[in-house]
Amino acid sequence: MYIQNVSKTYRQKEVVQEVNLKLSEHKLTAFIGPNGAGKSTLLSMMSRLLEKDCGDIYISGNEITTFKSKELAKKLAILKQSNQIDLVLTVRELVSFGRFPYSQGRLTEEDHRLIEEALHYLGLDNLADRQINELSGGQLQRVYIAMILAQDTDYILLDEPLNNLDMSYAAQLMKVLRRLVDEKGKTVVIVLHDINFASSYADEIVAMKAGQVVYHDITEQVIQKPVLDELYEMNIQVCELAGKRFCLYFNE
Amino acid sequence: MKKGILLIGLMIAAVSSLFIGVHSIPITDLFHLNVQQEFILWQTRIPRTVSLMIAGATASVSGLIMQHLTQNKFVSPTTVGTMDSARLGILVTMLYFPTASILTRSVVAFIFALTGTLLFMWLLQKMSLKNPIMVPLLGIMFGNVIGSFVTFIAYKKQLIQNISTWLEGNFATVTKGDYELIYLSVPLLIVAYLYAYPLTVSGLGEDLAINLGLNYRLVQLIGMTIVALASSVTLVTVGTLPFLGIIIPNIISVYYGDQMKETLAITAVAGSLFLILCDIIARVVIFPYEVSVSLIVSILGSLIFIYLLWKGVNK
Repeated sequence: MYIQNVSKTYRQKEVVQEVNLKLSEHKLTAFIGPNGAGKSTLLSMMSRLLEKDCGDIYISGNEITTFKSKELAKKLAILKQSNQIDLVLTVRELVSFGRFPYSQGRLTEEDHRLIEEALHYLGLDNLADRQINELSGGQLQRVYIAMILAQDTDYILLDEPLNNLDMSYAAQLMKVLRRLVDEKGKTVVIVLHDINFASSYADEIVAMKAGQVVYHDITEQVIQKPVLDELYEMNIQVCELAGKRFCLYFNE
Repeated sequence: MKKGILLIGLMIAAVSSLFIGVHSIPITDLFHLNVQQEFILWQTRIPRTVSLMIAGATASVSGLIMQHLTQNKFVSPTTVGTMDSARLGILVTMLYFPTASILTRSVVAFIFALTGTLLFMWLLQKMSLKNPIMVPLLGIMFGNVIGSFVTFIAYKKQLIQNISTWLEGNFATVTKGDYELIYLSVPLLIVAYLYAYPLTVSGLGEDLAINLGLNYRLVQLIGMTIVALASSVTLVTVGTLPFLGIIIPNIISVYYGDQMKETLAITAVAGSLFLILCDIIARVVIFPYEVSVSLIVSILGSLIFIYLLWKGVNK
């Protein structure tokens, strides 16, 4: 996935400025950076939810605006941070929507198989017939991921999926995403607020600040005190524990 | 099971509706009706019952569609200004084309209804309201602005009497020869059924719908066109039926969920049944006179509506 000279202006403020980026395939890439850095905006443009002012975004060699929306939906899936669905649906019904780009609602044998597989992959087998409004935040987030998995795309984009999840659910979700990359060869791009999650689970990190990409490298190169201090304008201690880097950013 | 019960209930109610009225037609006489009985049956009873069934189904399905398009459970053509806009259209035809046919009136009403609904959707998008209760409130205010404009013009032009006929749904005046336009709703309901799955996907919200490759704007436009057409046709032939579009889909949603492909037919049946029952009450409550069915729908509907709001808030 290539991003070339992409910019976006909101009310005279350039939230994304001429971003150039080449994301590695079959890797988990985390976007980090302070609030208002333009991470979510960039992700929305990468998934055609938001129109870009200028620049090009290519996936598998083609610019995203040249795709028919239905065709793009078979290649790339996006999950935004706030999904308030006020509908009474069962878990299985919601996951089934993931097959919409393929069958437009008339589900085939193959669709049913992939839906059950997605449910199973996220450990939702015994929740499948429950209604989504009865679920906890963590369970619901898993249902959305299952839907996206049923969508069977090469690229999966997630905008702050850990919001409102407790530590256990958050770690569980990151492990699932890790498995999607390692076992299924998906390319996962995720916006994260907690840099420790990025440090523990991401292959590569893109650090953004004020609408620009300031670093893009493998995780070990970005999780470094000088880099993070400058990025967040804070005093961040980086320490190593059990072979992983951790950042301590509470003010002393 | 339960769906079957509703359908049987509808059939019983429809048959009862045929044999209730000032002029007694006992069901036992069905096969040896005299000339007058036969005339009444064909001239008023059957048109009335058929239009009740279609209007009830149309109003509740229109509500169901609007709720998916706005992702809000408390929205229906009567709460977002669709009906008021259609009424403005009728006023315009009365002022400028007083001799217009019922079909012309419907077309003008439709154009106004669709414009009004689009305007509301645009307002909704501009304001991006956080609280779901605010959406129907905005709609009711928007509808009232148009409604008071209609009343003002009608007052100035001395058309108040005429325009108020369209304020309240009334099936007493439905007779053979002037209600057939309502049949147009039937193909609209079929189109809605064929479009049920994309409409449900659009109910997931813009971002998720686009992620799934849905042409969100197009589906919204198609949905609103169906609703505006159906509402205009109902308005011109029988008048406004308040609350029906909100309470029926909400009750059905509690039992059968929100996958429209599964619930559209049952919503239509329940809407017909509810309206026929209200009409029967309206006809017998001060027998041999009758009250407007809108009155009964409003009384029962507002109570159920408050109950639904109460439950929604306490969820």
